[in-house]
Amino acid sequence: MNVPQNLRYNTSHEWVLLEGDTATVGITDHAQEELTDVVFVELPPVGKSVDVGDPTAVVESVKAASDIYAPVSGEVVEVNPAVEADPSLVNTDPYGKGWIFKLQLKDAGQLGDLMDAAGYQAMIG
Amino acid sequence: MKPHESRGLEVFSLDPWAWFDKPEDDSQGFGVSIIQSSPLEALHLRLGARMVPFAGWNMPVQYSSIMDEHGSVRSGVGIFDISHMGQFFVTGLGAMAWLNRMLTNNVAKLAVGEGQYSILLNEKGGVIDDLIVYRNGEDSFFLVVNASMIDEDFFWMAKHQPDDVELRNESSLWAGLAVQGPEAVAAFARVCPGVSLPPRNGIASFVVDGVTLLVCRTGYTGEDGFEFFSPAADGERWFEAFVAEGAKPCGLGARDSLRLEMGYPLNGSDLSPERTPIEAGLGFFVDLDKGDFIGREVLARQKSEGPALKLVALEYTEKGAPPRSHYPVCDAGGEVVGELSSGILSPSLGKGIGMAYLPAALAKIGTQLTVDVRGRNFPARVVKKPFYKPAAQKA
Repeated sequence: MNVPQNLRYNTSHEWVLLEGDTATVGITDHAQEELTDVVFVELPPVGKSVDVGDPTAVVESVKAASDIYAPVSGEVVEVNPAVEADPSLVNTDPYGKGWIFKLQLKDAGQLGDLMDAAGYQAMIG
Repeated sequence: MKPHESRGLEVFSLDPWAWFDKPEDDSQGFGVSIIQSSPLEALHLRLGARMVPFAGWNMPVQYSSIMDEHGSVRSGVGIFDISHMGQFFVTGLGAMAWLNRMLTNNVAKLAVGEGQYSILLNEKGGVIDDLIVYRNGEDSFFLVVNASMIDEDFFWMAKHQPDDVELRNESSLWAGLAVQGPEAVAAFARVCPGVSLPPRNGIASFVVDGVTLLVCRTGYTGEDGFEFFSPAADGERWFEAFVAEGAKPCGLGARDSLRLEMGYPLNGSDLSPERTPIEAGLGFFVDLDKGDFIGREVLARQKSEGPALKLVALEYTEKGAPPRSHYPVCDAGGEVVGELSSGILSPSLGKGIGMAYLPAALAKIGTQLTVDVRGRNFPARVVKKPFYKPAAQKA
């Protein structure tokens, strides 16, 4: 299972890439493998403010709809139109072309509540 | 990521976290908390299946992926474990007359070796279960019923059973396999050389190494294929034999997407004790002229007056979020007129399809509707079933 070292993770299987005060968010390789066959992604409106833990996007497989939670608080500054057009990118490239939205970070301290790669790897076993 | 909470999660959501909090399936309300295992469970685990509780059984929801398995059945051949389904045998001089009083279709029309889809009703004309009844002898019938309804069907039938009829529930003795797809018949010929498959809807029995096997030319996918019943202990061996001849293992996820593309109802979702076969659009399987049967009066009245509600098939007219059961359905004016009983993003068609009980005035082909997905309304229209025309029916 691919768990990149440069990302942070939460217990609900989202990953965060921090660049300056922008946090890019997606779902982990483990999560996409559990979901299989992502057929639809519902993106949040740009400009929306979300608190950590808020349902912010929806990823749907053939059988189930899953909420994607904001791993940190912030404002949605960009969404990925590519996953709307081709939802399978979430399966094929979950840490790259399959990213879902970007947040402008409100409180950098919240990053400390997230797991590093080793912590997440230990959680998923 | 977590399952979307309030809506959309099907009975057998494959999301592992959806099941974490409720490992016991008691959806039928019998207070049964023991999950039953298929005789093929060890094989499913070896094949890497993801198992979920369904209708009181621990069954594979998928092996590779639903899309992949679905495609195999449409273009090649897939194999499903249907050992959870129930097998009843009805025998005796009064068997035919009694089944005709219990079921909607006319059993008298069956020659030995033929089968038909039929429906077991309550006194109100509501659906207890839908099933297939085969005539495998002059006074001998074989019924295949839904897994979740084995006990209820049996108790209901036993309650009405006359002295000249024997009713046996042999569900735990049989393994069941459904082999489906355009290449299913060729796979059968390689696994059982020299044995002829019965014609469509037919049943045949044959003996291999002294063991009697049953094969029925039916299925739940719309493709050509058969259902194969062996003693429970032999199920694994037969499953592996068909896999060795090219059948791809398929789970309940693909079974659901395949049946929904055909517009076949699923009991518990599209059929219920509160809805009649007339409302469900299954009038073709109801013979009002064969004599009395349980529920007949209600059905006859509905047929002459026209039902207030009808189960309609609807299809998205543009791209949209996958429709799922319980999502609200609105008329052209935006008023909520019902909810989806089933819904899915069709793997074969790439668009949203679903079924819903709606006021009869809205059941006309072409009626414009919308499906409300988390507050967004996606346009849809009423279409004729099936949603998808399989190769076997195009010919």
